[in-house]
Amino acid sequence: MDNSNLHNLEEKFQAKIDAEIKIEPKDWMPEKYRKTLIRQISQHAHSEVVGMLPEGNWLTRAPSLNRKLILLAKIQDEGGHGLYLYSAAETLGISRDELVDQLLTGKAKYSSIFNYPSINWADIGAIGWLVDGAAIMNQVMLTRTSYGPYARAMVRICKEESFHQRQGYELLLTMSQGTDEQKEMVQDAFNRWWWPSLMMFGPSDKESTHSAQSMKWKIKRKSNDELRQAFVDATVPQAEFLGLTVPDDQLKWNEERNHYDFGPIDWDEFWSVVKGNGPCNRERLKARQKAHDEGAWVREAATAYAEKRRKRKAEKESTQVA
Amino acid sequence: MTKKEALYNYIIQTADNNLILGQRLSELCGHGPELEVDIGLTNIALDLIGHARSLYQYAAEIQNLGKDEDQLAFLRARHEYFNVLLVEQPNEDFAYTIARQFFFSVFNYLFYSELQNSNDSQLAAIAEKSLKEVAYHIRYSSEWMIRLGDGTDVSHKKMQVAVDDLWKYTAELYTMSEVDQLMLEEGIGIDLNKIKALYLAKVEEVMEEATLTIPTNGWTQKGGKEGQHTEHLGHILTEMQWMQRTYPNMKW
Ligand SMILES: [Fe+2]
Ligand SMILES: [Fe+2]
Repeated sequence: MDNSNLHNLEEKFQAKIDAEIKIEPKDWMPEKYRKTLIRQISQHAHSEVVGMLPEGNWLTRAPSLNRKLILLAKIQDEGGHGLYLYSAAETLGISRDELVDQLLTGKAKYSSIFNYPSINWADIGAIGWLVDGAAIMNQVMLTRTSYGPYARAMVRICKEESFHQRQGYELLLTMSQGTDEQKEMVQDAFNRWWWPSLMMFGPSDKESTHSAQSMKWKIKRKSNDELRQAFVDATVPQAEFLGLTVPDDQLKWNEERNHYDFGPIDWDEFWSVVKGNGPCNRERLKARQKAHDEGAWVREAATAYAEKRRKRKAEKESTQVA
Repeated sequence: MTKKEALYNYIIQTADNNLILGQRLSELCGHGPELEVDIGLTNIALDLIGHARSLYQYAAEIQNLGKDEDQLAFLRARHEYFNVLLVEQPNEDFAYTIARQFFFSVFNYLFYSELQNSNDSQLAAIAEKSLKEVAYHIRYSSEWMIRLGDGTDVSHKKMQVAVDDLWKYTAELYTMSEVDQLMLEEGIGIDLNKIKALYLAKVEEVMEEATLTIPTNGWTQKGGKEGQHTEHLGHILTEMQWMQRTYPNMKW
């Protein structure tokens, strides 16, 4: 393909995006658009799967049957989100095996939030309320993303995430109306999850390397800082309703901006966790690697059995024909 | 034992089977051999614990001491749990998980099929409601029995080891306890002798397709229905009861 031809295709592609026409798997797309999407969708898929670990940590200790059932159902949903997203990534010409390999070798990232530990039972509520809550801010925007399969996966996922968020909040509300010990657990969980939740939106707009192009391609439609501000504005009143103190002494309603002002995010901590030095990075990857290694014989057996069946069926059909 | 006590024990026994197996499956959530399996096993855990919950609610009603489902599920002593030994056996590897699930699901299906005819309308309703889900548990676990049994040499060997280890716990499923007998006489419980042949037939059918053999040494282990458990139950309860024991009388 010569340069003018390529230029032509790119222009047509951008025109489609500008006209809000969804890009579908068989459509022509710039190589960089494809790569960006694979990176983003697979990172999202890995986050769903790794996110099962800190929550799964409490399944066997959930304090009531009702809470155990809610948590099981939530984690099952997250696994389902992982599946849709892997499928969406596969439409871009990459296999699930390759994607999983990228996770295990550290080539692909997942949301850093899951490198924090779930220490007390209130963490389960805090994860639902704050982590799913922050994810929703991002994902509601992504239901209108330019790539068709990703946008459609998001519509379904968003509905479930908002359900998770409500359940998480309701868990904390119940505890915050309980004993002093329970209230302490809630505040402790909130103190630990607040800042990492704000970091979930990624680096500030000035530092973000991928943002401008992603906005132009309408993969993203809002900047990291815009989404973070919307999250803070929505969450602070909810925290107050729970009787919680936000662990930020600079947090203040700004009448002029009509937004909350909040203190500086510790970006050193953010980058350190991204680079693998968070409290649980190694544990999370080790758990995924262990499940993968210990499951190898199972996956091999399933493949071998499917092959045997296919052969037996073919033999049966050929004797029938003869 | 009065009729009321026997009924309470009968419901608790059924509830405990479901809860303890659900608890075992929960341990694996997020650690399965592939994502689809994680989702599949979590789904089964959800069904089982859901059934257990309806049963504990009913048991609390029968007991009539003002206790709720969670006090029954979480705050009894070890010897007051009446689940069969099979369901408390650990997840040694995926083959054990599948064999345990298969052996239990076949029983559970036959059990609920009969229990639908109980003259206790609550139990009959719970049985009827649960049956469709248990049918899926049999299908799911049978398919894996066959896939692994007839898969590779490695998987065949692992599956056979698991079957050899767990088989001794299966006879307890269809052996009548004192409570089972009392409930049968009342027209509430089911005749386990009646389902024994069906149980063995279904298990043999799947085992044959899976190219697996049933141990013939006749060795059986029982006691769960009388509250005599293996070493494993204490550890399961330690974890499961931890929050309720450490922070008593709180709402969650
Ligand atoms: Fe999710
Ligand atoms: Fe979620």
